[in-house]
Amino acid sequence: MQVTVTVNGEEYTRDVDTRLLLVHFLRDHLGLTGTHWGCDTSNCGVCTVWLDGVPVKSCTVLAVMADGHAVRTVEGLERNGTLDPVQEGFVQCHGLQCGFCTPGMMLTARWLLDHNPDPSEEQIREAISGQSCRCTGYENIVRSVRWAAEHSTVEATK
Amino acid sequence: MSPAIGGTLARLDGRAKVSGSARYSGEVPIPHLAHAVLIGAPVANARITAVDATEAEQSAGVLAVLTHLNLPKVAMQPSLLPSLAGLAAPGHTFFPMQDDTVHYAGQHVAVVVADTLERAEHAATLVRIDYDTTPPVTLLEEIKDQAYEPQKIFGGLLPGRQVRGDIEAGLRDAEVRVEAMYEFAANHHNPIEPSTTTAAWDEVGRLTLYDGIQGPTSTQLTAAAFLGVPPAQIRVVSNYVGGSFGSKAMVWPHATLAAMAARHVGRPVRLALNREQMFTSCGHREQQRQHLTLGARADGKLVAVRHHKLSLTSHFDDWAEPSLQSPAIIYDYPNYEGIYRLGRGNINTPTFTRAPGEATGMFAMESAMDELAERIGVDPVELRLRNCSDTDPATGDPWSSSGLRECLERGAELFGWAGRDPRPRQRREGNWLIGTGMATAAYPHAQPVNPQRARARIYSDGSVIVEAGVSEFGTGISTAMTLVAADGLGVTVDQVRFAGGNTDMPNITAAVGSAGAGAASAAVHLSVTALREQLIGMAVADEQSPLHGADPAAVVVEGGRMALRDRPDAGETYSAMLQRKLVPDVEAIGNWIPPAQDVGHGMHTFGAQFAEVGVDAELGLIRVRRMVGVFAPGRVLNRRTAHSQLMGGMLWGLGQTLLEATRMDARSGRWANASLADYLVPVNADSPDVVVDTVEVHENVVNPLGVKGVGEIGVVGVAAAIGNAVYHATGYRARSLPIALDDILSQAS
Repeated sequence: MQVTVTVNGEEYTRDVDTRLLLVHFLRDHLGLTGTHWGCDTSNCGVCTVWLDGVPVKSCTVLAVMADGHAVRTVEGLERNGTLDPVQEGFVQCHGLQCGFCTPGMMLTARWLLDHNPDPSEEQIREAISGQSCRCTGYENIVRSVRWAAEHSTVEATK
Repeated sequence: MSPAIGGTLARLDGRAKVSGSARYSGEVPIPHLAHAVLIGAPVANARITAVDATEAEQSAGVLAVLTHLNLPKVAMQPSLLPSLAGLAAPGHTFFPMQDDTVHYAGQHVAVVVADTLERAEHAATLVRIDYDTTPPVTLLEEIKDQAYEPQKIFGGLLPGRQVRGDIEAGLRDAEVRVEAMYEFAANHHNPIEPSTTTAAWDEVGRLTLYDGIQGPTSTQLTAAAFLGVPPAQIRVVSNYVGGSFGSKAMVWPHATLAAMAARHVGRPVRLALNREQMFTSCGHREQQRQHLTLGARADGKLVAVRHHKLSLTSHFDDWAEPSLQSPAIIYDYPNYEGIYRLGRGNINTPTFTRAPGEATGMFAMESAMDELAERIGVDPVELRLRNCSDTDPATGDPWSSSGLRECLERGAELFGWAGRDPRPRQRREGNWLIGTGMATAAYPHAQPVNPQRARARIYSDGSVIVEAGVSEFGTGISTAMTLVAADGLGVTVDQVRFAGGNTDMPNITAAVGSAGAGAASAAVHLSVTALREQLIGMAVADEQSPLHGADPAAVVVEGGRMALRDRPDAGETYSAMLQRKLVPDVEAIGNWIPPAQDVGHGMHTFGAQFAEVGVDAELGLIRVRRMVGVFAPGRVLNRRTAHSQLMGGMLWGLGQTLLEATRMDARSGRWANASLADYLVPVNADSPDVVVDTVEVHENVVNPLGVKGVGEIGVVGVAAAIGNAVYHATGYRARSLPIALDDILSQAS
């Protein structure tokens, strides 16, 4: 089946198997491997992307369900060679170790900050509780998101 | 000694990881890639009576279906040796699909290869395999009467029985005895990246494996043995690894199966385990039971410890994690008996799981110490201080460094331990019963046994590349090694690029047992030291150098400039000298030969853990409110990455204590909760306020920079600190991990 999906502002048309998951469409068909794959039961959250502006777990979305919709991935966080404050925060505050959960964490964090520019630690913890960091850098992840909140000079990038 | 080491450099791999450009082993772009899917046996004890792959083979896109009927036999089976030995390191002494026997559920029985992942997954559902089954044995309860005492455990590294003094007399004469049984559920590592191997053969028969592993050489030597291909023909690349915690410490069959599948279909093949397969394909922490008896004098001084462990292993390996090692030596007492007993069942061979052994053994020891403290009316911190030893009680040798006393005292101070009312159930905030607890942490310092190597090269513009075949699985090794190289060579951090992650690099043994940073830093330090000496030697021998004729020992280097220690104006930069002499680059190898384990010192890492919990008086719900961990890991290379690892370890301990358990369905012989929906790990909302600190110790025995490592010690003792806090809050003594709400409720009622 042919699908057209706008990913990070760019339109992609591909013939896909109807059983293809969005996560594998992004990774294997578009080469956007920043979106990771970890559990298939939507628990770990490493596959989190935005679908029409809302974070979803792309391991439980079929590629054909994204037909005609807009997806944003970690590769779409950076603007004109400048890291999003969330990305910068994860680097500055050591919000990562192995880095596998990082893209999903950042996409949820970006969504949180777009809707709540000054979240409390409690709100950050709650927001990213659908995602697992096994290393586990939870303390630093919270600090990273706070760093981004405090350094958001760029406009909300919805 | 140096400006860079011990600093707080931000991770140099940070940018790649936040931009999504870091390529893990299943993400390297390879043209013409095919996908392999494993089929695991749905039964635990069986013979395969028939295989019908016809429908699968005719399914769209399918390239091959491999089973025991057509998979090539392996060339040899290497023995099970922990990857720290630096040799081939198979996870078990078994290779699947060599005959029709099924030893455990999930054992690989077929590999389906197709042009897309979806087609391979679909075809896998079409392969029909018939089994003749026998009831499986999978629980400790089922094997306890047939258990045996193994000669050796842990891949042959440790004896199955250790004794000192006279245990019977010691316990008989003790004024106080504490005896208890401790139960531990099986645990799975669950790194967020499932193990993935991509295999590509070239036209002349050389193999490249992109493999997520704790040391690329392990995969190279293991695959070479199984495939019967010389190691020189196999290149293993492991650039980024999405967590491991022991699941990627050994080399499990999927890596070799990927290579076999790729050779069979004549195309590169990627083989990714799915989450369910991660529960049966790369080991686990075994279900176990520990029986511990402490004997002490009335003042709390220990005189005897008897510690027995019973655990479940596979049909082919005597594997037990070494739970008895740290409790045997952390305190000073003369009489000891430690015995491992094993029973065989229909499960895969267990393997290293973060803080392998200590995470369980120290729960027993430090829970019992808490009981002893209460029994004799001594503060728990004071009880540990009274039992601290300046020497390794097993040998009488002094510690290379300890710091345990300082950790206990510093931890008590940071936590605010002083003045604690020792009586349980005394503090209440609303519905929450509040308690505090503490425990000692200890982890043996493991050393690689073979030489560790690194290569350093400086170019005439002053830029430096340092290479060593380490694997970056989250520890921050590349960042730490950049600091080590900059310091040793006397250049700034931004002049150095550290590269690792493949077997073309000088060999470093797999980073396991917290030995990675010590091994790699030793080799890197020696390589840049050799390079610096070579460069200084060139300068003092060069008539045109301001340093001509100087004593090399009088030359110091800072910011890439060599100068006389006493006359800083007399000198020149490395690059000025190299450019003048028309030398494009200079290179040196560092070759560190680790000291033997019996160097006349006990080598152990120590720490102290403190926890405060709230327990809901009616629901039994346990919430860890805060934790303090203080550790003495020798030299800290990068404060930022080290603290992050220690903190991560402490949260692992929290998971082990309150959440993590893989439960066996004994009827089917299958793990009942093999998914991240059912195997609970801590999420961010579970994460309490965590304070991490380190104390400095003088360490010059273990390796050139005195690095003892931080990967495991953070986990150790957390379970006991939390368990002891739960007792303090509720009066309920938890002796089974994870601590279940219903245990607390049944105790209360």
